[in-house]
Amino acid sequence: MTNTIADIEQADVILITGSNTSENHPVISSVVKRAVHLKGKQLIVVDPRRINMARYARKWLRPNLGTDVAWINGLMHVIVSEGLHDQTFVGARTTGFEALRKTVERYTPEYVEKITGIRAADLIEAARMYAGAGRASILYCMGITQHTTGTDNVKSLANLAMLCGHIGQPGTGVNPLRGQNNVQGACDMGGLPDVFSGYQKVTDEGARRRMAAAWKVDNLPAFAGLKVTQMLPAAHDGQLKAMYIIGENPLVSDADLNHAEQSLRKLDFLVVQDIFLTETAKLADVVLPSACFAEKDGTFSNTERRVQRVRKAVEPPGEAREDWRIVCEVATRMGYPMSYADSRQIMDELRSVTPSYAGISYERIEQQGIHWPCPNEEHPGTPILHREQFTIGKGVFNAIDYLPPAEAIDRDYPLYLTTGRLLYQYHTGTMTMKTEGLNEIAPECFVEISPADARSFAMPDGALVSIASRRGRIQARLKISPKAVQGTVFLPFHYAQAAANRLTNAALDPVCGIPEFKVCAVKLEKAA
Amino acid sequence: MTTAAHPIVIDGQEFTFEPGETILDAARRNGIDIPTLCHLKGTAPTGACRVCVVEVQGARSLVASCVMPAAPKMVVSTESPKVMAARRMVIQLLLASGNHNCLVKGSDGRSYEEYASRLKRAGGDLEPCPAWGDCRLQELAWRYNVTGGRFSPTPPRYPIEDVNPFIVRDFARCILCGRCVQACNEVQVNQAIYQGFRGARSKIVAAGDRPYRESDCVFCGECVQACPTGALVEKDVRHRVRPWETRKVRTTCSYCGVGCQQEIHVKDNRVVQVTGVENVPPNLGSLCVKGRFGFDFVGSSERLTKPLIRENGALREASWDEALDRVARRLSEVKAGSGPDSIGVLTSARITNEENYIAQKFTRAVLQTNNIDHCARL
Repeated sequence: MTNTIADIEQADVILITGSNTSENHPVISSVVKRAVHLKGKQLIVVDPRRINMARYARKWLRPNLGTDVAWINGLMHVIVSEGLHDQTFVGARTTGFEALRKTVERYTPEYVEKITGIRAADLIEAARMYAGAGRASILYCMGITQHTTGTDNVKSLANLAMLCGHIGQPGTGVNPLRGQNNVQGACDMGGLPDVFSGYQKVTDEGARRRMAAAWKVDNLPAFAGLKVTQMLPAAHDGQLKAMYIIGENPLVSDADLNHAEQSLRKLDFLVVQDIFLTETAKLADVVLPSACFAEKDGTFSNTERRVQRVRKAVEPPGEAREDWRIVCEVATRMGYPMSYADSRQIMDELRSVTPSYAGISYERIEQQGIHWPCPNEEHPGTPILHREQFTIGKGVFNAIDYLPPAEAIDRDYPLYLTTGRLLYQYHTGTMTMKTEGLNEIAPECFVEISPADARSFAMPDGALVSIASRRGRIQARLKISPKAVQGTVFLPFHYAQAAANRLTNAALDPVCGIPEFKVCAVKLEKAA
Repeated sequence: MTTAAHPIVIDGQEFTFEPGETILDAARRNGIDIPTLCHLKGTAPTGACRVCVVEVQGARSLVASCVMPAAPKMVVSTESPKVMAARRMVIQLLLASGNHNCLVKGSDGRSYEEYASRLKRAGGDLEPCPAWGDCRLQELAWRYNVTGGRFSPTPPRYPIEDVNPFIVRDFARCILCGRCVQACNEVQVNQAIYQGFRGARSKIVAAGDRPYRESDCVFCGECVQACPTGALVEKDVRHRVRPWETRKVRTTCSYCGVGCQQEIHVKDNRVVQVTGVENVPPNLGSLCVKGRFGFDFVGSSERLTKPLIRENGALREASWDEALDRVARRLSEVKAGSGPDSIGVLTSARITNEENYIAQKFTRAVLQTNNIDHCARL
């Protein structure tokens, strides 16, 4: 997030898109609901499902799946043509406005309505609300990113915020809500193929030299490695021979699972380090038992870049060990001794090579976490990014055209499918499904369908149906719900027994390699 | 007019105050402890319970300090005889308003065991209070030396509701302070519960007096954390965990990316309860159903406890030495035979920063490849 969670309450207008906030980030949804319900702030929800947050919204816009660039360009078209943009901000802090203006010129509300299904009048009203607000905040999540145009979608939201000067101030910003407790930290710490910790490029010779010196090795690989979504195809092709998987369950979470499973089976050697014998671990050659969050010390970085302490509360079961100890043991046995007394010693080393974390010591975050970047121990941290200038100097507008999703409905597969999470389960369910009460409330997979679609298929609520895409087939019970809009069904992806990702499309965003979980074409039939 | 020139006087001391502050705010900020029961930080004060009454010079009656704005030259007594008498009366009435048997005659000692055994000897079907030792009303009764005998207690009017997996609602222990209603409507804004009925029939209800399961309740448990008595208690905690038996460790929730600060309550090396840490960002005490109730995985019998190695197609238990040697040898062989880039590492959004740093260091410095990623895209 460019801004903080508390900061959302400062906004006059909040735009939520592609985030089912009340189910996936319930505590943040409360911040938004307080702002709307108790402080009279305005909420715009843009989402293909009539999610609970829509109940609190002044406007709910319903785009067709995968048409985000079109409606965002449409908002900008209205804003520019009505002169509602922040000309001072655009002039002083950005470049590329002319090209953007030319691109969005074509996205008239009528044209956008044809692509997105959003009524022209609603689009105009939403544009005026967002641009006219003194402060406006954008919250988004995987509904924006999990598309073949995911990168385009995010850049378009950044365009919108910059166009209106809604960035760098309290109550503004472009705020991705991160779905895993430490996904921010995993990125910050260099758990990515192209960067060391602190987003230092592996292709930058200076960065490589610094890290090599700190790690006491002669050299470090100079080219970006494979993304997770490239690793599995590489395994399938036989280029990748071995994988070491820590705390992940790609055999439920990846797109097109049938292909993912074939790929992992082709590896010569697979190590899985986890707290449970997951679907993925069952395929491994070696399984290493690790300690969970309650059994270790360390830090997590939350969605607002706040680095917070994790503290050991209980002993791990049996012989399970902290993940860092296991990896250090393997490294040592491979001839590179790695040994630390405790997590604090690792933190001190990582701070010394990660400028954005340099000032964040355990002592300083004992009571309350600090937002990176925090370059030294006197620095208070950075709750709001881009205050005076952008990291790269001027903010760059990216003129982006709408591209349709990779798969469209046709006669054989006449319904759109989108996927997501439920409030009562989490990701692949390895954790939440151990709590009986959560299973009692959310016991099994279901396919959410609109009353109109259910009528046209003549299938009652609770009927067992078969859902098939070009890649696979699963069975689930029908759940008729006002959240669903005619023509689009929804599946939660938590359930391995009826894994939604047997159906999803593994088509990738060409830049960041994210799969298009949020759009594919399916058909529904009575279960055999 | 600056408030510095026209301070408020509380218990004989002069204090400045900010515009908009109540007497309670000004007193607490200056270290004067006025007791409260219904007051819930961050929500609109209701003045419902009258425990926080104070005497204001010139006022016709005692005033509720949680709602009365501080004013220049106001002279306040927080523990005058009149105040003390009123508070004692309020507490006596609350103790008589339902099943508040913690102070059954002669058992107002401080031992739970003594209380429970006396309750048993007294006969009847009185269940010991699940909140004994962790109840604001009980604390106030001790502080003001009040027992429950003055008024005869109102018999329970409504049965316990527990047809949900997480929360037990015991209406006989409810003092109608309204904190749960505020927690639900003004903090979490789930709008599932509200004050229902009138007079002696008053009750906190959900969805037209239905069970939580049939309402908009999402089991965040904010109401349980706000409840000052034993009216709302976690089902798994009720009569199984006493607060003095647990050790509390503050940490960060392991579900989504909000990073809620939580306290893990530990008994015999098991996580038995989770509560939100009040007054600390980002969650200021709030949690969701997963963060509060979804901790059973930690102590699950399905946890991996030993390394496993595949042999003749099946996984078998192995020692750490054997497993680690196998991993190191096979990775070294693949690296030597097919090159560093034939190995890929998936690190994890579930593990700590320190561990992710170690994973990238291992991948880049030891395996000598940049093939490292995690599930950020999934």
